Amino acid sequence: MKTDTIAVIATAMSPSGIGIIRISGEDAFRIIDKIYRSKNGKKVLSNEKSHTIHYGYICDGERVIDEVMVLLMKAPNSYTREDTIEIDCHGGILVMKRILETVLKNGARPAEPGEFTKRAFLNGRIDLSQAESVIDIIQSKNDFALKSSVNQLQGSLNVKIKEIRQKIIHEIAFIESALDDPEHISIDGYGERLKKNIDDILVTVDKMIASSENGGILKEGIHTVIVGKPNAGKSSLLNLLVGQERAIVTDIAGTTRDILEEQINLNGITLNIIDTAGIRSTEDVVEKIGVDKAREHVDKADFIIYVVDSSTSLDENDMEIIEMLKGRRAVVLLNKSDLSPLTTEEQMRQFLSQKIISVSTKEHTGIDELEETIKDMFFHGELDFNDEVFITNIRHKNALINTKQSLSMVLGSIFDGMPEDFYSIDLRNAYEELSSIIGESMEEDLVNEIFSKFCMGK
Amino acid sequence: MSVVEERYDVCVVGAGHAGCEAALACARLGLNTIIFTVSVDSIAMMPCNPNIGGSSKGHLVREIDALGGEMGKNIDKTFIQSKMLNKSKGPAVHSLRAQADKAAYSMEMRKTLQSTECLTIRQAEVSEIMTDHDVITGVKTFSGAKYFAKAVILCTGTYLGARCLCGEVINYTGPNGLQPANYLTDSLKKNGIEIFRFKTGTPARIDKRSIDFSKMQEQFGDEKIVPFSFTTNPDDVQIDQVSCWLTYTNEKTHEIIRENLDRSPIYAGIIEGTGPRYCPSIEDKVVKFSDKDRHQVFIEPEGIHTNEMYIGGMSSSLPEDVQYEMYRSVPGLENAKIVRNAYAIEYDCMNPNQLLPTLEFKKIKGLFSAGQFNGSSGYEEAAAQGLIAGINAAMSILGKKQLVLNRSEAYIGVLIDDLVTKENYEPYRMMTSRAEYRLLLRQDNADLRLTKYGYEAGLISEERYQWILEKEKLIHDEILRVNKVIIGANKNVQEILESFGSVPLNTGTTLTELIRRPELSYESLAQIDPERPKLPAEVCEQVSIHIKYDGYIKRQIKQVEQFKKLEEKKIPDDFDYDEVDSLRIEARQKLKLYRPISIGQASRISGVSPADISMLLVYMEQQRQKNRAEGK
Repeated sequence: MKTDTIAVIATAMSPSGIGIIRISGEDAFRIIDKIYRSKNGKKVLSNEKSHTIHYGYICDGERVIDEVMVLLMKAPNSYTREDTIEIDCHGGILVMKRILETVLKNGARPAEPGEFTKRAFLNGRIDLSQAESVIDIIQSKNDFALKSSVNQLQGSLNVKIKEIRQKIIHEIAFIESALDDPEHISIDGYGERLKKNIDDILVTVDKMIASSENGGILKEGIHTVIVGKPNAGKSSLLNLLVGQERAIVTDIAGTTRDILEEQINLNGITLNIIDTAGIRSTEDVVEKIGVDKAREHVDKADFIIYVVDSSTSLDENDMEIIEMLKGRRAVVLLNKSDLSPLTTEEQMRQFLSQKIISVSTKEHTGIDELEETIKDMFFHGELDFNDEVFITNIRHKNALINTKQSLSMVLGSIFDGMPEDFYSIDLRNAYEELSSIIGESMEEDLVNEIFSKFCMGK
Repeated sequence: MSVVEERYDVCVVGAGHAGCEAALACARLGLNTIIFTVSVDSIAMMPCNPNIGGSSKGHLVREIDALGGEMGKNIDKTFIQSKMLNKSKGPAVHSLRAQADKAAYSMEMRKTLQSTECLTIRQAEVSEIMTDHDVITGVKTFSGAKYFAKAVILCTGTYLGARCLCGEVINYTGPNGLQPANYLTDSLKKNGIEIFRFKTGTPARIDKRSIDFSKMQEQFGDEKIVPFSFTTNPDDVQIDQVSCWLTYTNEKTHEIIRENLDRSPIYAGIIEGTGPRYCPSIEDKVVKFSDKDRHQVFIEPEGIHTNEMYIGGMSSSLPEDVQYEMYRSVPGLENAKIVRNAYAIEYDCMNPNQLLPTLEFKKIKGLFSAGQFNGSSGYEEAAAQGLIAGINAAMSILGKKQLVLNRSEAYIGVLIDDLVTKENYEPYRMMTSRAEYRLLLRQDNADLRLTKYGYEAGLISEERYQWILEKEKLIHDEILRVNKVIIGANKNVQEILESFGSVPLNTGTTLTELIRRPELSYESLAQIDPERPKLPAEVCEQVSIHIKYDGYIKRQIKQVEQFKKLEEKKIPDDFDYDEVDSLRIEARQKLKLYRPISIGQASRISGVSPADISMLLVYMEQQRQKNRAEGK
């Protein structure tokens, strides 16, 4: 829709030999000129011919990020028919991430889901039959983006962003109502007060940017959930996978009870594991919340580990879990293989087609097989590394950085002694950036804020 | 029995601010036009506040003028005080507001209408619209007379099914006790038009002789008056001005109001209509902003030859006896004599999503509407729509291209786009905060933005258009020249800088750079710019603004370029949204209801997501490729 410059990591977000960052749009060459250094430091890529490859470095200011090959394609001879740059770098996730961030910092924005293909299509590059797939991509990825920005962005971050937005819109509404009704509302000397408020907001935004740098806003990795009845051995399994008794246990906002989360690395594959409350039909209100939460996690999970206590018989609670597992990516662990079994693999087979492994969390047996299974599933593409989460993270961070920039420009306008109406231009931009994170829009908010908070005349 | 039957090109229903602009535009374009009013004495009447312009409304008047409308010229002839609001703020929010002599304003407009060729004024109540297979054929009056026309423009203001409320007393009249129009609503409903009910209100008018002005602050007009119209010579408007006065309500006032709330028809639930939040009655202010211990009250003259003073800030629908008590609690109004009561008015209007951005009904060809009937409020909003409806009715009859201004071109564009695209549940008022590109939509450059459209429509003279082209060139050349003027760090320059409290220069710089310093300006640096050509003041103003706010302006131009790409992607009239499988149901329903003319407009409809827009784009491109392959 927009024709500004977009960028994306084009290769899978997994540790592989090579990574590609792709940039498309009218500013592509201007951006690469800013961040590319040739070996002798003299080459300017925008002066080079289309369809040539150049060895060199990507730098963020003075700092070298990676050694790269850069492929140039000038409009209209590219996939999108726009100026396009491909940066081939070393395939580490961190390196790709850093390069993308540098590109974004220099004027690109993260591509929307399916946007490269969409541009290719709208610019007449690909044919009709391919268009169907464009629609599919946009649809499915948008569903995810919606889910991830609204659903997964739970808890404190969401609250914080809403708080800041509220503060900003209050300032805008005040300025705007004074401009619309100058005889009733005066904003003389307002700059000083606004400066203080913006300084405060900037502290919070800075903190949020910093926290997005270590670890991400949304947890990246394969979203994995461990389910089973109480005492089936879920927590023991988690401890085993983590490799030690957990020193740190993170509480996820909204659950005061029973949901624990860990991030582990299995042979380079990141699993984001949630240990849920045991599922059993319950009348107890507190426990019910924990169980509902568990169900919710199962619904959203990429991968489910179902722990069965093989020393007991299957009951209605198990049947409930089995129902949830139908058609999902999952493994079934028959735990307590050290005890005499009341539930066997054959019995399980009648209900579920997923892989079944016998383990004993007590004796530490069968865990290797579980790890091996997960690895196989991943490399056979049965399990997806959820790179949309990564993209969402980058987008959020980018929006926070833009918010910061806009707020700094407000401070600049105050410092330069610009009239008050100029403040609201950048305040609006800051507000819109924050809104993009939580998927809301400005228009009505502002008018409502003006009318509800400020008494207009006549 | 035979009835009167006449034929015109255009019928305009209503002679308020919208109707007058609409009728004048059509008649001036050579179309045989008739304008109906329930009372010829109420042409261009101002039933509420006695002023024209104000924040963002002043912009509208300037734009109307640049397009060849009448409002700016008319107020320049009849104002009694003028003020540029927000002068200490940026140029984008400077806004002209003038107090009008109401009677003179109305009379001047009537004279203009009367002296316009091809324009007939008729006092009659229009009771029906006539259609044939969804095409308008004319109107019928209450007396049974038929007026056939190729286009009809509804500008019924607050007259449809109107009733006025003052406490328990309800009068079934239009504003100022004028005859309401009680039949047209039914005819519109029969033609499938969805009707809303809105309300608005006005304060009391008080006899000047009963006011003690010594207890109030005097409010003067500007020393140097700027006219509204680009065609008015500024020397002609430097008149002796009358003053307005400022006083305040107090706790006692609020107490009286609170005690009598149950007698307010709004709080008693008698009023059904939705009122505007931006011009609340004093009851609303006291209830909603209970933390404020006083509210401003502006006492404004209604004209030179009347004793009536408008009590700005205290509109009300409380009963007469409470009104006396309430007004008399305000300092200076202790002995106030009310000439006309405050009242609330309820009226029928329509859901403007039934209109195209040309202001023509989607379902009835040749039927246009403008003003309060479209759910807006304010004289200026009405006039702006009237002008656009008039131009477009004329263009469609003449077979020429219709005029749709977009949000990056004019406040008028924002106004109409908001009305026809967004959900609107209260009378709509223009506000500068609604214009996202307001830095470009200044009142000072309305002529540069819009004169060409007025010229293309045929409402602007060749001479006026040529001047705009010349003005553009002068501005452009001067900006370039200033950027090349090098200022050395010599003693003379340093002294001048110092005299403005500006930091001395280390090395030479350009004049442009110096002008950007907050404490300096294009005008103030004339003395170190000996080569400066003698330019008209309006050119200097533009040069100054462009240099000073260059960074901000460029950023906004960039945003506009993005915006325009979507506006330029037009959706065909007969586009079938049911063919686009992947649209979500809500989006599909909304798109079918609104039938946006462009992807840009579609993207502003609430309930249509960016993903839906992507689907539309992809589908449209698919169709284009298919058509091309089939050689269409």
